[in-house]
Amino acid sequence: MKQFKQVTFRLNGKEVSCVVDVRSSLTDMLRNQFGLTSVKKGCEVGECGACTVLINKEAFNSCIYLAVWAEGKDILTLEGLMGPNGELSDIQQAFMEEAAVQCGFCTPGFILTAYEILEEPRDYTDDELRKLLSGHLCRCTGYENILRAVKKVLRQRLEAAKA
Amino acid sequence: MYDMKALYEAESVAHAIQLRLEHPEAQIIAGGSDVLVQMREGKRAGKELISIYMLDELRGVSLDEEENIRIGSLTSFSHITRDPIIQKYINVLGEAVDMVGGPQVRNIGTIGGNTCNGVTSADSASTLHAWEAIIELTGAEGTRRVPIKDFYLRAGKVDIRPDEIQTAILIPKASYDRTAGYYFKYAMRNAMDIATTGCSVNCRLSSDGKTFERVRIAYGVAGPVPMRAPSAEAAATGKPVSAETVEQFSLAVLNDINPRDSWRASKALRQHIAVELARRCLLESVKRCGGEIHEAV
Repeated sequence: MKQFKQVTFRLNGKEVSCVVDVRSSLTDMLRNQFGLTSVKKGCEVGECGACTVLINKEAFNSCIYLAVWAEGKDILTLEGLMGPNGELSDIQQAFMEEAAVQCGFCTPGFILTAYEILEEPRDYTDDELRKLLSGHLCRCTGYENILRAVKKVLRQRLEAAKA
Repeated sequence: MYDMKALYEAESVAHAIQLRLEHPEAQIIAGGSDVLVQMREGKRAGKELISIYMLDELRGVSLDEEENIRIGSLTSFSHITRDPIIQKYINVLGEAVDMVGGPQVRNIGTIGGNTCNGVTSADSASTLHAWEAIIELTGAEGTRRVPIKDFYLRAGKVDIRPDEIQTAILIPKASYDRTAGYYFKYAMRNAMDIATTGCSVNCRLSSDGKTFERVRIAYGVAGPVPMRAPSAEAAATGKPVSAETVEQFSLAVLNDINPRDSWRASKALRQHIAVELARRCLLESVKRCGGEIHEAV
């Protein structure tokens, strides 16, 4: 028996609606029905963090989230960080400057978790930041550069808040 | 796509109960970080699911009219950690659930799911046992409340009747009043790992800080279900707050616990860790109660 449901939600700032097979994960829906391929299919069991999206400003593994649960939510993927003229966000810029990207597969997920952390900038210790980023695996072992990139944006935002 | 036979979405607690009765074979899904993973792995493939995830009335922490702490069963781990009531009265629970998996898992995982799966290694379970939590279940005939030690029947099996869902977890005032505790998760990695052994201790000191008025301790992964250690509690309750009492308390846990050999760790290692964790957790609990122990041992 095939079962479908209409789901209406905000996606990267726009109201959207689609009919989805209830067996879909949020990853399936975002990739297949909206073409948002920054949402990576990695482990598909909630361990690697490559499929991370923000739902109501909190980071979730979209691979272990039913698509139908998107109803009424506000969802942000990496594509939603792009400015009106294609500009990069400060987080993406810092990832480039610090060479926090190698193969790039884990990058969208890391950037969205960084986005959640940096929404409320405060003086985090390195240990705290490592813990907050620990839901992502990078198999190119670029963790140090990723940490540096997140710290860079954190410093920038703290300074901007002071000024 | 998940290998799912059908999905039934509950629109209210009453509707969830009705769905439970209409589909006795269906599995309840809360946050899904266990159920969906098991479905993916094939263990629960081809099953029907009843989703209760959208029931926002089961989210949040509050104090009821008797000042018991009431935690809605769908409250996520990260929301428990950040909650001001939890931080004020039972901070150790917020710390314990902050050690589950990784950040994204703590945003989806629910305290109800963490207890209903009946797993001994659940990071919330030892603290909920050590603080004598009460499980609230709602079914066709209303709600009933079960002490958490009776809720766990055996590994992977809890006392939920065919028409019921878990709706809240309560921490009675008598349990948290003038009490502080500490949880230690011993695991092989700092994130995305399951406890090799978890130990949660709490104590209440006499007003002069010299006597243990009450000491409670519970373990995860020291047996098939989370468990208290009654001989250890008896070895410390009513005794002077001293290094000697802490020593006797920690050694007494060996009378109570029954860990097994598994690929994660041997029985001998788990016993060794259990004693050491009991000691460290009680020392830290005393500190958090404002007490002092002069280390002599």
